[in-house]
Amino acid sequence: MIRFTHVTKVYPNGSTALKDVSFQIAKSEFLFLTGHSGAGKSTILSLISAHERQSEGDVRIAGIHLSQMKPRDVPRLRRRLGIVFQDFRLLAHRTAAENVAFALEVTGARAEVIPGKVMRVLTQVGLASKAGAYPKEMSGGEQQRVAIARALVNDPPILLADEPTGNLDERAARTVFQLLQDINAGGTSVVMATHYLELVRQTSYRQLELKAGALVYDSREEGITS
Amino acid sequence: MRLVSREALRSFRRSPMLSALSVAAIAFSLFTTGLYFLLSLNFTNAMEGIAERVEVVAFLLRGTPAETVTLAAQDIASFPEVLTVEFVSEDEALERARAELVEFREAYQQLQTNPLPSSLEILLKEGFRSSLHAAAVADRLAGFPFIDQVQYGQEWVARLDRIRNLATAVQLVIGLAFMLVAIGIIGVTIRITVLQRAEEIAIMRLVGATNSFIRGPFVLDGALKGVLGGLLALGLCRLTYDGFRAGVGAELADLRFFSGSDMLLMLVFGTLIGLIGSLVSVGRHLRRV
Repeated sequence: MIRFTHVTKVYPNGSTALKDVSFQIAKSEFLFLTGHSGAGKSTILSLISAHERQSEGDVRIAGIHLSQMKPRDVPRLRRRLGIVFQDFRLLAHRTAAENVAFALEVTGARAEVIPGKVMRVLTQVGLASKAGAYPKEMSGGEQQRVAIARALVNDPPILLADEPTGNLDERAARTVFQLLQDINAGGTSVVMATHYLELVRQTSYRQLELKAGALVYDSREEGITS
Repeated sequence: MRLVSREALRSFRRSPMLSALSVAAIAFSLFTTGLYFLLSLNFTNAMEGIAERVEVVAFLLRGTPAETVTLAAQDIASFPEVLTVEFVSEDEALERARAELVEFREAYQQLQTNPLPSSLEILLKEGFRSSLHAAAVADRLAGFPFIDQVQYGQEWVARLDRIRNLATAVQLVIGLAFMLVAIGIIGVTIRITVLQRAEEIAIMRLVGATNSFIRGPFVLDGALKGVLGGLLALGLCRLTYDGFRAGVGAELADLRFFSGSDMLLMLVFGTLIGLIGSLVSVGRHLRRV
């Protein structure tokens, strides 16, 4: 599903975010990306979502070489990815339902199918009763679940989550994590960058650990890969 | 299109103060530009009023038969530059001289014979009241065998030409400067709107919106503000014009306001600035993020 082959990323300011990183993520796999701040976790997610381009190596998503992708094809790729961030990134002046609907509207979905799809995903994340609430009227955990609903509404085969529990208390974090597990159980690949190692240790999902841009641990390989 | 319109209107509703400020900035930029063009229009109008006096006079040889003059007058009236042709007989010329040249009235009254020749007085159409066209008409008139001499106030017309050319150049340069300043102010205003919605743009991209989808509401928003700013500017120009007229009274009754097509042009200008300004601002922003 996702393949990184000898990927290096150097930012314009000269800092090296990734050094010769190679790995593969299979369809329906749940993967943790761990490591300290600045280790390169978010850079991997940015490369997958084509917000950044690698300096060297090859990134492939479902067989597509991202380095050969034309800028006009990037929106189409992003519609096949659900993306969730630590800071939720909801539009403050729109209700939960409108935030979710927005992701459908920008893809040109027919107006008559939007309300049904929105309610389906809001129900899936347990927020059907909050459809009319604005972000400021919801807790952090609820806002993150709206963001997950928005990420899911286009039925993406891959969900990227960048520290999705980072701004949440433990209870809310566990609820969100359970939700991600449920989504994965439905067949969606989940790539989750996290600092929350306790959560990682409690599951048997695959873990990739990064240190200063290098991949130092792959739980599937049970050893240092580079 | 419905979605684009809804998003553009949502932007108006969500930040009414910023939208009002944007419209006000566009309105004042167009108002100052509009006032300048109003001034320029009236100056050109006044110059045209002076130019109406450009006249070509062909003095006829004594004894030219009336039928010949009538036929020639018809021929001259069909010249593309000519507005009117008026025949002035010898007697009429003397009458006029007596009436207009009061200092020679006595001398004229003692005359035994009329020394003044008959003439054809030719007025030129608008757009042909320059030394170039007056000279061309004079040259053609000189070809008629019964025309003795042709005059058109060469020096005066040439001076009028120079003043008009200089005024046109100054008007163009200052007008262009006004328009550039207006475009600059409006561009900055629109840029602020784009920056205010930077987060929304980032989220749009995150969920897979194409650049053209993102641009749509901004372009419509900019065009709407341009139309509103243009209407407001026209209203302010009218108020200033009416106030000025009321202040100076009937002395400047010849003052003109914009014609319908001028006003339409101003509205189109405002709309285009709003539209292009938005397109450029969003385009730049999208390239940067």
